Amino acid sequence: MKFAVIVFPGSNCDIDMFHAIKDELGEDVSYVWHDETSLEGFDAILLPGGFSYGDYLRSGAIARFSPIMKAVEEAAAAGKPILGVCNGFQVLLEAGLLPGAMRRNSKLTFICKQTELEVKQGDTMFTQSYEEGESITIPVAHGDGNYYCDEETLKNLQANNQIVFTYKEDINGSIANIAGITNKKGNVLGMMPHPERAVDELLGSADGLKLFQSIVKHWREQHAITS
Amino acid sequence: MPLLHEPSPVMIKDEKIYKEMGVSDSEFQMIEDILGRQPNYTELGLFSVMWSEHCSYKNSKVLLGKFPTKGDKVLQGPGEGAGIIDIGDEQAVVFKIESHNHPSAIEPYEGAATGVGGIIRDVFSMGARPVALLNSLRFGELKNPRVKYIFEGVVAGIAGYGNCIGIPTVGGEVQFDPCYEGNPLVNAMCVGLIDHKDIQKGQAKGVGNPVMYVGASTGRDGIHGATFASEELSEKSEAKRPAVQVGDPFMEKLLVEACLEATKHPKLVGIQDMGAAGLTSSSAEMASKAGSGIEMNLDDVPQREKAMTAYEMMLSESQERMLLVMEKGSEQEFIDLFEKWGLEAKVVGKVTDDHRLKLVHQGETVADVPVDALAEDAPVYHQPSKEPAYFREFQEMKEYRPEITDYAKALNDLLKQPTIASKEWVYEQYDYMVRTNTVVAPGSDAAVIRIRETEKALAMTTDCNSRYIYLDPYEGGKLAVAEAARNLVCSGAEPLGVTDCLNYGSPEKPEIFWQLERSTDGLSEACEQLSTPVIGGNVSLYNETAKGAIYPTPVIGMVGLIHHLDHITKQSFQQAGDVIYQLGEAKPEFSGSELQKLTEGKIFGPSPLIDLALEKSRQTRVLTAIQQGTVQSAHDLSEGGFLVALAEKAFGTSFGAEITLQDNDILASFFSESPSRYILTVKKEDQIEFEKLIPDAKAIGMVTKAADIIVKDKKGEFLINESVQPMEDAWRGAISCYLKSKD
Repeated sequence: MKFAVIVFPGSNCDIDMFHAIKDELGEDVSYVWHDETSLEGFDAILLPGGFSYGDYLRSGAIARFSPIMKAVEEAAAAGKPILGVCNGFQVLLEAGLLPGAMRRNSKLTFICKQTELEVKQGDTMFTQSYEEGESITIPVAHGDGNYYCDEETLKNLQANNQIVFTYKEDINGSIANIAGITNKKGNVLGMMPHPERAVDELLGSADGLKLFQSIVKHWREQHAITS
Repeated sequence: MPLLHEPSPVMIKDEKIYKEMGVSDSEFQMIEDILGRQPNYTELGLFSVMWSEHCSYKNSKVLLGKFPTKGDKVLQGPGEGAGIIDIGDEQAVVFKIESHNHPSAIEPYEGAATGVGGIIRDVFSMGARPVALLNSLRFGELKNPRVKYIFEGVVAGIAGYGNCIGIPTVGGEVQFDPCYEGNPLVNAMCVGLIDHKDIQKGQAKGVGNPVMYVGASTGRDGIHGATFASEELSEKSEAKRPAVQVGDPFMEKLLVEACLEATKHPKLVGIQDMGAAGLTSSSAEMASKAGSGIEMNLDDVPQREKAMTAYEMMLSESQERMLLVMEKGSEQEFIDLFEKWGLEAKVVGKVTDDHRLKLVHQGETVADVPVDALAEDAPVYHQPSKEPAYFREFQEMKEYRPEITDYAKALNDLLKQPTIASKEWVYEQYDYMVRTNTVVAPGSDAAVIRIRETEKALAMTTDCNSRYIYLDPYEGGKLAVAEAARNLVCSGAEPLGVTDCLNYGSPEKPEIFWQLERSTDGLSEACEQLSTPVIGGNVSLYNETAKGAIYPTPVIGMVGLIHHLDHITKQSFQQAGDVIYQLGEAKPEFSGSELQKLTEGKIFGPSPLIDLALEKSRQTRVLTAIQQGTVQSAHDLSEGGFLVALAEKAFGTSFGAEITLQDNDILASFFSESPSRYILTVKKEDQIEFEKLIPDAKAIGMVTKAADIIVKDKKGEFLINESVQPMEDAWRGAISCYLKSKD
């Protein structure tokens, strides 16, 4: 299985994402520069954290216009797994691939720490290796992680089982403690916590590994059926 | 505001305009002698920044020469962007600390942010990949709204820059004392990794080679920043806000990646950051170090404002700019390389052989001065030195001893003192994990970063207890270096070397110069004895306001090598049932202690003394015990003393401790800050092996499953019996509590 890590000029978790896939998951992975136009040959697309183009405007607001984003949209439409973490989540929101928006953290300061999450959906292509309801430890590091959507959108998210991860306590003001959501089809996941930083016990937690393992497992199942 | 009519050389001399630039009468005379004529306005500007204390160390040079700077592993000592130490396997660690005090006093967010940006450039200009940031911060007491504003702004500025650029801020220290009110200290340190073959130097060699300008364009920000940093802060300082630069971490991220690519290019000759004194210092220093000259055409300098004069361009401290020299003919290769990162790169001049810095602007030669005169020949002053009256008074005081009846209350109060309280409020704003190498996060004695593709790791810390240096600069200087090294040893590292940031008041005052002199003596002696050479640093003088000078604050940045990941040791308890050992004797000395500050509201008396030979031997033995796998956790005893350290070992775990003390002087055992002491925990099965290595460590108790801190005296009576949770909550919440409180 082949992963792509999209690199914007201000991405800074691209290396972490790359190492998580290559060293800990043991799968094939390549960097794809933001001005590329094709994602052909990749089975899953990862949008890493960072400050895409400096993000002096709204986080991710400029990144959505970068050449690679058209290919990301096509991959999403084709049903490939797309994971946006932190700034990657913000970019997916700005691109309209996920509903809602990000505001400044409610305390108005950047926050970096290990957080407890609840796996709300255990049957998505991103979470099938977890138990539903499982508590996992994954770190956050963001200034704009206060997820917001209107009431109707929230109802839809709930009704369609799109809320995949929630914070066990309010850390940034996010509506319904939302930490990660998918699109309706379930192949695009955006989340503020960093699973790629939780793949090695030496650094505090390996709870993020199962997320990447889920993607591989799903792909293998799909691959087995179609071939 | 462009200066449309610059003063003529005659006006400069007659109206003594040079004084406004911080140039003295005798220095002006020297400049005239060097040039053999009167300098024009631009030339005077060049001299004034290059001869400022910030760039020339003219007042501190005589003292800096005392530092031990050599060692088997030192690959680069002071003099380049940053020092370099060998860590084996053809790899080396690069590090440096620098101050940004004055800008942060005026404009805390940008002042602190650009301090971080500057130190990162110093490290990657050596060819190294920056892997970690640390800082050392001092503020007034968290009671005054202005102090809170500066504190919050500085932390946000450090976070804003480091987080965006994606270099983890892994450690540091924050202290509060009234002497820093109005003159905060913001010292930033950067640590980088490099392969020996990639080491670069900032030299302009090869006559005819092009000089290339890369990065952000030049604006009018930061003009005379270095001069501003070399004078006392006053009410007028607010008007110098334009001397504070504005940072662009995104631009710097692009610069890091592009420059690291450029430093691997075989045709690169030299690279240097445009830091303090911008284009002036980078060009003059690169030429001076190479024994060459540089000629630049300022019309080619990328400018972000219209009608900039030569003076403004040369003195601007606009951020995120680098100066490169490459082999002739390879210009386009470099321009293309930078283009990929969206960066402007322009040839602005060439290397010459006449040892002069020659500047042309709009067809006219606007400056022509010898480079060595700018970079090397600044006057050196040996300021008069005088022992201050307070020191004699303190020395003659008899040992202070507070009356404490309620030990538990004293412990709880100490834990809430801002200097001791958890700095979580601060470091949770820093992305300390990005690049996923941070093994020991902020909050332990030292931070630890693993080195990918090896079994090794680096430990790093910043440290300085300025109270002791104030009480006794010589002893305090020794204590600061010893404590930094002890912090590294506790994490399992062998201390490698030091970068220092010397923050003091005005050297022109004999009492301040005496502090500088005595403390650098102490620092030098400790660095020598602990085999930690000084490989670079920074001097920040004139840290004074109308209320007086800051405490002498020589911040020690130290890096150590952990030879194997298995040696990494944390300060917190690891499991119940482990035996708790204390190493080192608590003497009844409380002058300068946190307890004295708490009880008296101020510090006085003689500082504790340190035996460096004993310090060294204990460090060696503790490190051996750690490396042999007999130590579960290690914590050095510092501010607050034993009880505070014991509580800190329980915080963040689910454990407690039960201790029985055989000592007679309980007050000293609990709160003395005597140096060279540790609390270590050891598994029962490792006790025999551990005691063989450290026979003088005393077993005093056990780590318990119950989260209580219990201390009994030798008769079995309870001295302390406290649950960990409420203490921990108070300790964790103290800083945000101070920030919220209205008084």
